[in-house]
Amino acid sequence: MMSSSSGTPESWISSFCSLLGHEYFAEVSEEFIEDDFNLTGLQTQVAMYKEALEMILDVEPEEDEDEDEEDEEEEDESIEGADRMRHGERRNHSRIASDLSVIESSAEMLYGLIHQRFICSRAGIQQMSEKYELGHFGVCPRNHCEQARTLPVGLSDIPGEETVKLFCPSCLDVYVPPNSRFQTVDGAFFGRTFGALFLLTFPEYDLTKRGADVLAGARISDNDKEMLNGMYTCNIAPGLGSAKIYEPRIYGFRVSELARSGPRMQWLRDKPDDLSELDEARKFAEDNPDSDDDDESMNLHGRPVRRLRQQRKNHGQGGSPVPMETNGAESEL
Amino acid sequence: MMDEFASESDSDYTSYWRDWFISSRGNEYFCEIDEDYLTDRFNLTGLNTEVQYYQYALDLITDVFDLDCDDEMRETIEKSARHLYGLIHARYIVTTRGLAKMLDKYKKADFGKCPRVFCHSHPLLPMGQTDAPHQKPVKLYCVRCEDVYNPKSSRHAAIDGAYFGTSFHNIMFQVYPALVPPKSSERYVPRVYGFKVHASASLIRWQNGQRHKMLRRLRKMEVESGFKDDGGAEDLDEEDDEEDDVELDELDRAEADAMHVVG
Repeated sequence: MMSSSSGTPESWISSFCSLLGHEYFAEVSEEFIEDDFNLTGLQTQVAMYKEALEMILDVEPEEDEDEDEEDEEEEDESIEGADRMRHGERRNHSRIASDLSVIESSAEMLYGLIHQRFICSRAGIQQMSEKYELGHFGVCPRNHCEQARTLPVGLSDIPGEETVKLFCPSCLDVYVPPNSRFQTVDGAFFGRTFGALFLLTFPEYDLTKRGADVLAGARISDNDKEMLNGMYTCNIAPGLGSAKIYEPRIYGFRVSELARSGPRMQWLRDKPDDLSELDEARKFAEDNPDSDDDDESMNLHGRPVRRLRQQRKNHGQGGSPVPMETNGAESEL
Repeated sequence: MMDEFASESDSDYTSYWRDWFISSRGNEYFCEIDEDYLTDRFNLTGLNTEVQYYQYALDLITDVFDLDCDDEMRETIEKSARHLYGLIHARYIVTTRGLAKMLDKYKKADFGKCPRVFCHSHPLLPMGQTDAPHQKPVKLYCVRCEDVYNPKSSRHAAIDGAYFGTSFHNIMFQVYPALVPPKSSERYVPRVYGFKVHASASLIRWQNGQRHKMLRRLRKMEVESGFKDDGGAEDLDEEDDEEDDVELDELDRAEADAMHVVG
């Protein structure tokens, strides 16, 4: 995102992120990649893992042969001030061309998988929030969402299944990015967790704000800070509700629900007018006044969530993500 | 009179202006209005007050324009002709022939495809949010999710919605009910490491409740719901139980995994 100054050669990571169609990617810090814990389990997912990792980190491959060539290169480097791209090409002369393309695509795959984890770490999600503020992820195409900002998400954590999609926090739906260049970007490189985690991490963004308002630091105001189900009430799907549902009409007359072509999908864009209807814990307490449980433990859904948070804290000190097994294994609904 | 002039030209007469208009960039949403429709004054009732230089504009559209005028005047008339064409278009596309032409374009997805992932690229139809001109730009309607979207291209986003009107897309599915695709309750559920997030999950549960209520209403009236999977109307309560089970299952597994990692 923040490109290196013109004097220094561009790293593999920043040149990858500046490719057309890679606008959604954050630049994973070398620090994150160099921590082996963060790469747990990736060795088996990527061909020529070591070489790919070296390529990402711009580490010279350790080669015993072709010393001469290497020397030559170094001279060139000192003379030319290293045009990195060309340098890279030459350096790799010693490799078989087909190998190189395998490594290149492995490096992209590996970077993507690291990226999936990185953007859920503290540093990564922070970088993504800067990109969000700058409007790098585009806006919701739905009319009633009024250009609400979207977040890049995957529908699967396993590469090769789905391309990247855009999650709109305003209507809680996912959309295909408008530009076809994103249809080559793997959704697994963003993963299923990032979108929802972003909203939990930055609850104070006013999701209805658009354009420059977000840059101006549009957070929800203090009088709107009513909470429900762990979110600010005003941020619970602000693009949904009775006033934000399309009502089909012919010459001004509503099309009946009983017509064959009548509305059937309004529930998808609906939201209770009184959001406290969603406070299931309170409703449960009201409906079951005899329950033995006290107020604290009565919240059936609250309890497991709290336990989960503790676990994440326990083994996620450095913001390290949960390993792939946990990520990919649970059943789809 | 101009009427005679137009009727003299046979039906194979190449419609230069209209050809040019519908094939120019940004006008992909428009279909070609029949000569016959344009020359029947009844169809144009009331439009003479809407458009400046109405007669000249109509002459231009029907390719009988032969006024010698300066470029500025020509430009004004050209602009009026485009506006007039749009207004006639809104009326034409709800006629039998107009619907058939728009249906062809719909089948070719000339109006684009629904951006919503779970609509699986269902084709869209153009629509207006009002029938009065100069109010709101054209939007796109997806019959699968029954929602309204903004056109991708800014060229299309600048077209007046009144050139399509508020009724056309609904009439289309009234006239061709077989075009209505099966509805689906498939949807996106925000998750963090496999777990549903409380706020969205409770809203989704509420929305599912709304859907079930609708399905019950429809069944009571013996109306086909159009859901391919019946939307789970049968066993609302059972389904909810199942979902809870799954959530707990996931929790157990994650706990086990977490222990595994720590240990």
